[in-house]
Amino acid sequence: MYQFDYHRPTSLDEAAQILSQDDEASLLAGGQTLLPTMKQRLAAPSQLVDLSGIAELKGVREDSGQIIVGAMTPHDTVANDKTVQAKIPGLAHLAGEIGDPQVRNRGTIGGSLANNDPASDYPGAVLGLGATVRTNKREIPADDFFLGLFETALDEGELIKEVAFPVPKKSAYAKFHNPASRYAIVGAFVASTEQGVRVAITGAGPCVFRVPEMEQALNSNWSADAIKDIKVAADDFNTDLHASADYRAHLVTVMAKRAVQAAG
Amino acid sequence: MGQFGVGQAVRRVEDARLLTGQGRYTDDIQLDGQLYMALVRSPHAHAEIKAIDAEDARQAPGVHAVYTIQDLDATGIQDIPCMAPIPGVDGRPPRMPGHPVLARGRVRHVGDPVAAVIAETPQQAKDASELVEVDYAPRAHVVDAADALAPDAPTLHEIAPGNVALDWGTGDDDAVEKAFREAAHVTRVDMVNNRVVANSMEPRGAIGNFDPQADRFELYTSSQGSHGLRKQIAEKVLNIDPERLRVVTPDVGGGFGTKIFLYGEQVLVLHAAQALGRPVKWIGERRESFQSDAQGRDHTATMELALDAEHRMTAIRLTSLANVGGYLSNASTYVPTQSLGKMLCGLYRIPAMSANVKCVFTNTVPVDAYRGAGRPEAAYFVERTVDAAARELGLDPAELRRKNFIQPDQMPWTTPAGATYDSGEFARLMDRALEQADYAHLGERKQAAARRGKLLGFGLATYVEACGSVGSEDARLTIDPDGGASLVVGTQTNGQGHHTAYAQLLADKLGLDPEQIRFHQGDTDVAATGGGTMGSRSLLVGGGATDQAADQVIERAKKIAGHTLEVSPDDLEFGEGTFTIAGTDRRTTLAEVARAAVERDDLPADLKGPLAETGHYDSPDAETFPNGVHVCEIEVDRDTAELEIARYVVVDDFGMVLNPMLVMGQIHGGVAQGIGQALLEQTVYEAGSGQLVTATYQDYTMPRADDLPDIEIEFINVPCKTNPFGIKGAGEAGAIGAPPAVINALVDALEPYGVLHVDMPATTERIWQILQANAPKAAAE
Repeated sequence: MYQFDYHRPTSLDEAAQILSQDDEASLLAGGQTLLPTMKQRLAAPSQLVDLSGIAELKGVREDSGQIIVGAMTPHDTVANDKTVQAKIPGLAHLAGEIGDPQVRNRGTIGGSLANNDPASDYPGAVLGLGATVRTNKREIPADDFFLGLFETALDEGELIKEVAFPVPKKSAYAKFHNPASRYAIVGAFVASTEQGVRVAITGAGPCVFRVPEMEQALNSNWSADAIKDIKVAADDFNTDLHASADYRAHLVTVMAKRAVQAAG
Repeated sequence: MGQFGVGQAVRRVEDARLLTGQGRYTDDIQLDGQLYMALVRSPHAHAEIKAIDAEDARQAPGVHAVYTIQDLDATGIQDIPCMAPIPGVDGRPPRMPGHPVLARGRVRHVGDPVAAVIAETPQQAKDASELVEVDYAPRAHVVDAADALAPDAPTLHEIAPGNVALDWGTGDDDAVEKAFREAAHVTRVDMVNNRVVANSMEPRGAIGNFDPQADRFELYTSSQGSHGLRKQIAEKVLNIDPERLRVVTPDVGGGFGTKIFLYGEQVLVLHAAQALGRPVKWIGERRESFQSDAQGRDHTATMELALDAEHRMTAIRLTSLANVGGYLSNASTYVPTQSLGKMLCGLYRIPAMSANVKCVFTNTVPVDAYRGAGRPEAAYFVERTVDAAARELGLDPAELRRKNFIQPDQMPWTTPAGATYDSGEFARLMDRALEQADYAHLGERKQAAARRGKLLGFGLATYVEACGSVGSEDARLTIDPDGGASLVVGTQTNGQGHHTAYAQLLADKLGLDPEQIRFHQGDTDVAATGGGTMGSRSLLVGGGATDQAADQVIERAKKIAGHTLEVSPDDLEFGEGTFTIAGTDRRTTLAEVARAAVERDDLPADLKGPLAETGHYDSPDAETFPNGVHVCEIEVDRDTAELEIARYVVVDDFGMVLNPMLVMGQIHGGVAQGIGQALLEQTVYEAGSGQLVTATYQDYTMPRADDLPDIEIEFINVPCKTNPFGIKGAGEAGAIGAPPAVINALVDALEPYGVLHVDMPATTERIWQILQANAPKAAAE
């Protein structure tokens, strides 16, 4: 690591202020991506603004029929939260599939979404459930939040406060993990909601995306069979040591089917 | 047999210490005033070093020195030698360019060290290392062994034109030719034994110290044997009397062969400590482990097997390329040649064999011994080929093996590869493994799996390896006045549980609890000699010396007890730590005798003094041949191409098992490494850039608990006839048997797709490509 200054503000405003005064400052949420990158000297922020001292960013609550997850809530808390398990079991399951126990105890939903790693799991649930990302400035619907590879709708100095998940009729997440990193090679999140079916795929492409053909098919027939012949194009999919674009495209259909089966 | 004797699963006496953080590893050692070293490593696979400008680095805060090869050459420090001058087919030794401690004029792999920066703190050393300006002129590079043999390939070392370090052969070419001409069937398999990174949990590290008063060096370093390192550093690299160098190896967190060898960092910290007058510490980072620890395997082979009309094996022939990397490590030329070649007949009566192995330089990290060191490659090549022959001939793979096994009544059996097996009951082991794995009902399980959308495959592999015959050991045993015992040996535990094993050997013999036995290893000032730990030699050679020392201690103690009890030693019986006058209740304990030995003035001169003896054990010329059978049953998911190991059965013949719990731990770890190699571990050098792209755990897949099956282990021990203990050795076995068993199972599962071979690592991507490309054969439906 290179040297940096460290701050642990106790309010969102204070954090935003530090950030606004220094282009080289970085927010520190769970640090599961940032700290390894800094250790390898691939990132050199001037200041780390640690969000762990801001009480309002932590925890899970139910509000107006939605599940609200604070930005600094660790994955393990979401995975084991009784309300989440009861209301959105697909979300609890997804959180429990992230990384390993160490990652789940440190990593946070806010950090994951702000980073928008193409292979991370949470974007699947946020887009798949049609959640809303609430920041210190505004509310951003999931469909508008994820813009591309490591790119989100967040402005400079904008911080994620919490994520509001509508409760679906049913939902599930099926993940094919990278054997080394345990990130998603393909993760399929399917949800049957009041507004219809949503299918979100993470891991396969440069950014999480929905599959309208599968959503239409499932709207008329909620069954794995309904989507078994729906193929997605591999054109802009990721290719790496562990999976080619074609393999990923194949797995999109397989994992989406499995998610539908798991949702019941 | 006593409470702690042979065959007892005595709990590890070192675990309380190691598991509660009380272990003392190299990085736990802090010497007063120690400085820290960071290395500047090459970002290029192959480049000329035109200039190094270290001025800014030297001026950086906290920096004491920056060294390049010029500084080392000026001091007379020699290159690290290859210690295996094995002659090639031309009768000449290998082309052995030295391995310079820092690159001399040219870098030959990414990670090749170019300069060493010494500073007050690790941070300062690392910061300054980024200020060293190296002017590189990149050269064409080559990372693949076959590519390196192409006429237009770049040459790595001028003394090795064509990049061939050694063109090695063995066997009887004429006899093999004849057998192939006359064969009723010939099976040929082209295959890759893939390169792996050892990934010891504890990275390499070293602390150098120099005492100007005593004119003596000290090296603290994680290794597999301090004496061998001392000898090599002193005699080959620093040109000093070995007495002027003390090497201390504290606790070691995994070696797997990689830590046998001498590395430049160990020399650099000594040089820097002497030059700067302060201790110097270097602890490798994980990325440095990937880029500089000797790697394993990387052997590409064509194996041919000739069979007669009755399916008797008549000849085997290996033609292969071993990628040895950018330089020769200490044993680079031994592993893929003699070590591999000796095992090329497996467990079979094959009358003729031949092998031709070319050791080839490439722009990659040097390759050397990794758990088994050539023997796993041999077992893989043999067992894959035998399995393919059975498949081609439509035979039961077990029957083909059974028909060709060397029989117990044919022992001792000398193979044409030059190994003399003393004992072994191979069919008995295989039958037991097949019974345990329920081979009889395989067909039913395959059908049941098919109904679940799975492809079930059953894989069988046998192995034999050569162990034990490496030098001698001394063991110094002292009975302490408090009644405990102290043992000093020259072997080196890397985590296997040597303290427990040696304590167990001594406990019953001396009437002590294992906890009362103090264990010392790793310090060349404490142990007079030592051969280190490799090739499953420690229990046989170190244990033999320990046993001898205990006998000598008891013999002398008996004479002393005779004096103190005023009887003839012949009238004394020894048991449970006590000498008793036969037929009486008059007795004295070993502890009392130990005290008497130092306290009583009336003892004869030859009995006086601390009750300590040195036992010695010389390896017999004969090696030992552990052998066994691995059975693996897998299921492949047709939709995802995921592979699950449903069943894993091992039956081993280790001759004698001192502590089955320790040995099963060795099997578990070895099988994990073998499964890792077979399915997960990819060491990928990108051809275009020469970069090692699998240099972090984000990309390099180490096997995890959930990748591994339950492993059912049985021993059918047939005592070794060439040593008094019957020991054959167990350290490498798991890593040898697993890769062919797993791949044989996978090929069986993919039989409907017309597949005869799948290269390692058989990743899900690779399996999916096969499922895509090959339509299932109608006959299999």
